[in-house]
Amino acid sequence: MARSDAYTAFVNRGLGQKLAATLGLPQPVPLRRHTPGAPPADGPVLVGGHGDTPAVAALRAGLTAAGVTLTETVPEGTRLGGVVVDLTAAATPADLESLRATLAPALKRLGRCARVVVVGRHPAHASSVAERAARRALEGITRSVGKELRAGATANLVLVTEGAETAALGAVVFLLSGRSAYVDGQVFRVGTADVPADASDPERPLAGKVAVVTGAARGIGADIARTLGRDGATVVCVDVPAAGASLAAVANEVGGTALQVDVTGHDAGARIAEHARTRHGGLHVVVHNAGITRDKLLANTDADRWASVLEVNLLSILRMNEALLAPDGLRDGGRVVLVSSIAGIAGNRGQSSYAASKAGVIGLVDGYAADEDLAARGITVNAVAPGFIETEMTARIPLANREIGRRLNSLAQGGLPVDVAETIAFFAADAQAAVSGTVVRVCGQSLLGA
Amino acid sequence: MTTTRRAAVLGGNRIPFARQFGPYAEASNQDMLTAALEGLVARHGLAGERVGEVVAGAVIKHSRDFNLTREAVLGSSLAADTPAYDIQQACGTGLEATILVANKIALGQADSGIAGGVDSASDAPIVVPERLRRKLLRLNRAKSPAERARAALAIRPTDLGIQVPAATEPRTGMSMGEHMAVTAARWGVTREAQDELALASHHHLAAAYERGFFDDLMTPYLGLTRDQNLRPDSTIEKLASLRTAFGTGLEATMTAGNSTPLSDGASAVLLGSAEWAETHGLKPLAWFVDGETAAVDYLSGDEGLLMAPAYAVSRMLARQGMSLQDFDLYEIHEAFASTVLSTLKAWEDPEFCRDRLGLDAPLGAIDRARLNVNGSSLAAGHPFAATGGRIVATLAKLLHEKGSGARGLVSVCAAGGQGVVAILEAA
Repeated sequence: MARSDAYTAFVNRGLGQKLAATLGLPQPVPLRRHTPGAPPADGPVLVGGHGDTPAVAALRAGLTAAGVTLTETVPEGTRLGGVVVDLTAAATPADLESLRATLAPALKRLGRCARVVVVGRHPAHASSVAERAARRALEGITRSVGKELRAGATANLVLVTEGAETAALGAVVFLLSGRSAYVDGQVFRVGTADVPADASDPERPLAGKVAVVTGAARGIGADIARTLGRDGATVVCVDVPAAGASLAAVANEVGGTALQVDVTGHDAGARIAEHARTRHGGLHVVVHNAGITRDKLLANTDADRWASVLEVNLLSILRMNEALLAPDGLRDGGRVVLVSSIAGIAGNRGQSSYAASKAGVIGLVDGYAADEDLAARGITVNAVAPGFIETEMTARIPLANREIGRRLNSLAQGGLPVDVAETIAFFAADAQAAVSGTVVRVCGQSLLGA
Repeated sequence: MTTTRRAAVLGGNRIPFARQFGPYAEASNQDMLTAALEGLVARHGLAGERVGEVVAGAVIKHSRDFNLTREAVLGSSLAADTPAYDIQQACGTGLEATILVANKIALGQADSGIAGGVDSASDAPIVVPERLRRKLLRLNRAKSPAERARAALAIRPTDLGIQVPAATEPRTGMSMGEHMAVTAARWGVTREAQDELALASHHHLAAAYERGFFDDLMTPYLGLTRDQNLRPDSTIEKLASLRTAFGTGLEATMTAGNSTPLSDGASAVLLGSAEWAETHGLKPLAWFVDGETAAVDYLSGDEGLLMAPAYAVSRMLARQGMSLQDFDLYEIHEAFASTVLSTLKAWEDPEFCRDRLGLDAPLGAIDRARLNVNGSSLAAGHPFAATGGRIVATLAKLLHEKGSGARGLVSVCAAGGQGVVAILEAA
């Protein structure tokens, strides 16, 4: 999984390092990724912000319990693992000075792959225009800081609701940790749902859960299965019968089961639900990852090509969900995670059908998240939108285009399939009960569609 | 152990069967058996599990593969403490393995087991002529330089050569097809009837693929997703145009089209007790009811080489108090189309049933619409030891689709004048 591109390897050694620095070339570093047992942050985390920092106050105990060392001052002689800046008390744009005052000195003391997490409140909930402007300003600041940071560091924004700050603990820990290696410049919106108090084993947050992953035979899907399995889930690996050989290998590797089903089949959802029910006693997590591309300029796209992409990437999800979201399908408190794409946000030349399907997936998230019945059952629906990920698919892109795709982001490198999988595992955990209807890009803060 | 319990067929897996020297030309028996096991393990979530016993075998086997099945288990995702052993009963290997596993489960000696088989007609062992082999062994035994020199000099250029194994009966020197041609002529099996059966096999198997029947019975291997021998668009005209391959003159009715091709492939079947199935979230597809083996004296010409199943079925029916018509489905292995047709004719023949089977009345005709409804070896191919597993898994699923209580008969002929038969009943 620890694939590194040749350029990144080159600029992280002797001559290459000097050359890149002298010429001002992109200087990607190997990203810090999660290793079981490691504390979330790589070094002490500075906390500060505006006023009495209510979010930090609410999260302090949880962060400490998660193994994060908190500090109120920039320590001498050691690098910071990250900064959590709490602007939830900001009432006007003038209060943003508190953010500058906390963050500016800290940025010079950040360690490799450090994290900046800004915590604010939802602009839509503001009680005055000035407050709304201040809240909205946090997004601009965070995205700019993300672009300013070097050496694999990231900056993200978490929006919390007053009185429900603790619901954001999972998001803040995720963003401090190596699990969010390629998540940069994103906004995490956290609602008010009750988060189960039960502190499960942090290394196995999905223990006891049954998760279905479609398209699990290879690429990102295989790493989703591996990551959910690592986090304790029993994984049902689904792919088309023709991919059965690699599907079996993945299923056996994660100790799950292989189910050879074409997601476009009329009974695919029922078969998956039945398999999860009879074999594993229920279904807690569904990851709709199966997808295809049939790239061509729209001017040259015929009806069959168009239909096949929409069928696999979008319509099949709607059809399967009729069975998977039925009362005897996904359990209460269940999780649905969809896979969108940066192409669905930014669009991409020659990918009209793919972009249609992946933008449509965002529509699914919006629609399902607004479904009161699902909300009453405690079911959350979220999506990841991968940017440039190093897969067999992107390895086939011509070299020049591939290099551009790789470098046009704040981390100056492509992400790995596991980076997408980590964010999916984040959504899948019980701790994210208050996170629904969100789309998180796993793109290293790509310039595309930003 | 005084009481017995029922053993269930819980599922199966095979790799698509390939023709000799096809996509599996360089795959060993161990590779293919491991692949079949891996697919079975993945489908049933058995990674890291200890299964009671894995029983499998191959007909054409390298001497290095003395522990073929155990080696395949060690190369699989099953727990390393899963025991295994090899068996070999020619083309009856897979079905015999199923009987053995089912019996241990029935006796309570095992809670679960996997029965399987594999064969490669491509990756065959090469054998040196017997005379050369003896001289080489003598050379190996030689102690002094003088002895070694003598032993080495004894090897003559004419000793050199290799023998490739063939489907030939050691005691008659006749190929299986030549044997079958004699039987086909004796029972007056026509070319047309054989071609019709072959055509039905291809059409039935193709239809089964079309409806996704094999989606949970097969795992692709080395790029092959369907049986390579399958010809969905075969026609009776095409089959009729083929030259005969066995027999002579008017008695020559057997062609490459109505005989099975040499094939490569592997299969595996998961069996278990009802309790074991329950704790693993698995639903029994079919119960294993009974099994029987028979052998005939083909050497004296008293009986055809591949006619033993006719006897085995008769004995098993008598034991079960059943008639030949008591089955919803029949799976008669299509070694040759004429094997199936000769067997059916024998069961309908009053003289044969009286004189050979000792019955007052013939076993009678079967409803041909219930025969090999998803095709059989003529279409799928026939990697010898893998055929039993293919049939058992296919029949168990078919019976399960028909509903509880549906019964199926399996009949497999084997080299050496043997036959292995069994009864399954839908769970």
